[in-house]
Amino acid sequence: MNKLGLIIGRELKSKLFNKTFIIMTILAPLLITGFIGFIIKMSQSEKTEQKVLVLDESHLFRDKFSGNEFVSLNYSDQKLEEAVETFCGKGFTCLLWISPTIVEGGAGAVKLFYKKSPGFAFQTFIKDQMEQIMYESKLKANNIDPNIIHNSKQKVRLILEKVNDVGKTEEQSSFGFLGFISGALMFMFIIMYGMMVFRSVMEEKTNRIVEVIVSSVKPFQLMLGKILGVALLGMIQFIAIGLITFLLSTALSAFFLKDITSQLKVFQQQQELVKKSGTNINLSKLEKFDDKLEVFELLQKIEKINFTEVFVAFFLYFILGYLFYSAIMAAIGSAVDSEADSQQFITPVMIPLMIGYFISTKTIMDPDSSIVFWGSMIPFTSPIVMMSRITNGVPFWELAVSLTLLFLSFLLMTWLAGKIYRTGILMYGKKTNWKELGKWLFYK
Amino acid sequence: MAEILRINHVSKRYSTHVALNDVSLSVPEKSVFGLLGPNGAGKTSLIRIINQITGPDTGEIIFKGEKLQGKHVEQIGYLPEERGLYKKMAVGDQVLYLARLKGLSKWDAKKRLNIWFEKFEMQSWWNKKIEELSKGMQQKVQFIVTVIHEPELLILDEPFSGFDPINAQLIKNEILELRKKGATVLFSTHNMGSVEELCDNIALLNKSEKILDGSVKEIRKTYRTNTFKIAFKGNVLGFTNALWTGGEILERHTEDEIHSLTVKLVPNFSSSHFLQSVLPTCELVSFNEIIPSMNDIFIRKVNEGNEALGTKSNFTE
Repeated sequence: MNKLGLIIGRELKSKLFNKTFIIMTILAPLLITGFIGFIIKMSQSEKTEQKVLVLDESHLFRDKFSGNEFVSLNYSDQKLEEAVETFCGKGFTCLLWISPTIVEGGAGAVKLFYKKSPGFAFQTFIKDQMEQIMYESKLKANNIDPNIIHNSKQKVRLILEKVNDVGKTEEQSSFGFLGFISGALMFMFIIMYGMMVFRSVMEEKTNRIVEVIVSSVKPFQLMLGKILGVALLGMIQFIAIGLITFLLSTALSAFFLKDITSQLKVFQQQQELVKKSGTNINLSKLEKFDDKLEVFELLQKIEKINFTEVFVAFFLYFILGYLFYSAIMAAIGSAVDSEADSQQFITPVMIPLMIGYFISTKTIMDPDSSIVFWGSMIPFTSPIVMMSRITNGVPFWELAVSLTLLFLSFLLMTWLAGKIYRTGILMYGKKTNWKELGKWLFYK
Repeated sequence: MAEILRINHVSKRYSTHVALNDVSLSVPEKSVFGLLGPNGAGKTSLIRIINQITGPDTGEIIFKGEKLQGKHVEQIGYLPEERGLYKKMAVGDQVLYLARLKGLSKWDAKKRLNIWFEKFEMQSWWNKKIEELSKGMQQKVQFIVTVIHEPELLILDEPFSGFDPINAQLIKNEILELRKKGATVLFSTHNMGSVEELCDNIALLNKSEKILDGSVKEIRKTYRTNTFKIAFKGNVLGFTNALWTGGEILERHTEDEIHSLTVKLVPNFSSSHFLQSVLPTCELVSFNEIIPSMNDIFIRKVNEGNEALGTKSNFTE
């Protein structure tokens, strides 16, 4: 046992102080939060100020645009050529020209002149307003009150409630996307650390140090030490990345999502109020959040996710899934002499992982299908598929069976791998194949 | 003499060939034992079994009177034929790690490592990575790794292949010194010169079987061919007449009136009879028995073995 500790220690030390490892551990959370931050930033309206000069030759839009804190509009009756030359000098950022032909709907009826490219959000802002104004004016032209049309539109929101065996509805968070992400992360982690074991085994073999070591310890001990050493490394990296990501995202969300979370609070309080007092409430007094409903829904879903469960499950599946696959990786790592020969062995190991990944994409569309169920039970795919299911709520017995199966398969696989490993590490200059590996299982 | 290692009827087969077929031998304590044989004879297979890297299919190994088991690795030092070290690991850390795997405490390992580093004048290498060292330097480190835990049995697989002559000499000296201190050294080799120089006993393996073993002196005596080298002044014709049917002249040449002849005597004709009969005819300059070298015995035995097995591969060293 003491020797196993030495091997684990060396394995860990040789990788922990590796520059790439340290950089990866710090860079990964930055990338994750940076990516999320980037998406949030992109989804928010641009904050560049726009001063628009409107040249409305159709006379339909005068004084009908409404600006906001970033967009201000002025109207003018200048000639187009003149305005194009001078709008910049007068402090406008762009010039909106509307031709009288706009009512006929021809192309080129509206033009936006600019010096600095206006953002997509701004373009949409102008376009949406013009469409709305045109819509209303056309309705009016046909003597239809736009309010009638507006009030006849009814938004429908679907709320999913799962019914359990006892017939009670469960608080559910069908947030498949997060499940899919954790499945994909699991896929990545297993390959990454599995390859680490593979390389480490191959390195010792090609270095020819392995014969010296196995004259001191049993080959199985050496293999186990390697696998556990890398597992420990994985845990350390996992926790480090998790911690840094958590801190960064908390800091970032405090910065970026401040408005929206406070708005969400108001919205939730209003919902409570409506529930309590029923219809006896002056709805017009409430703040309107129609445009933010989708964001609120998303945030409420996220709040409902049992993060502890997801985290614990991820950790368990990561460790067991990694152990299972790294045993295979150690066995095939012992069979090859060079990186060039390794492909024929690695590809077949990747295939079940890929299948797991594809099943996990199916989970989003069809979470209760039988292929998803079996995928989350069979050890080759269960770490990935179960993670994609977990946010939909998985009965405890299924988790227990799946984890037990995975654990037993890991024990079996390690035992088999040990037999192959023992022979493989001392085989040189021989082209091995799967059949050969099978034979090694039976050597004494 | 007490024996440190006994190998009893060990056989080992792989799916396609037999590596060892009923091999038995005994290694006396505090001696140097040579394991000889052509490539593929099974030397490395036997060495790996003694190191418990693989197990025998049948047969047993007795180490110091006990059946060989896990705890014995700490009393055995092993230098494999294909040897290597972690390229990216510092020399000091590496030797400490390997020494501790052999059961030394961290403190003991450090102390002994310092002594060895001083002996080989390599104190400044401690923090160097292996890949920064020259091949000869790496070999020294490998040797230290093999002996640092002061094993009672030292097993060296082809220790002189790949070593430069200076390091090879260094290792020869170390082998003899370790034996003086009471260690037993078992090594496999092709280098017959080193066998005569170093070995007390040998075993010869060929085609998975042991074909010869015993002490080097005894073996060479057994394989004497009653051949002598004689140098004299005088008449060669008179000499041959006097020899008559007592022997056969294998080789002769003359330089500065001194004739040198290699004579193989018939089995019952002793050297003293021979001298008595030829002395009257000439003036003797020198007279030596030609004892066969281990190299000759090796080639002869291996070829005999191959002929017996009906194969034609002539092994020449």
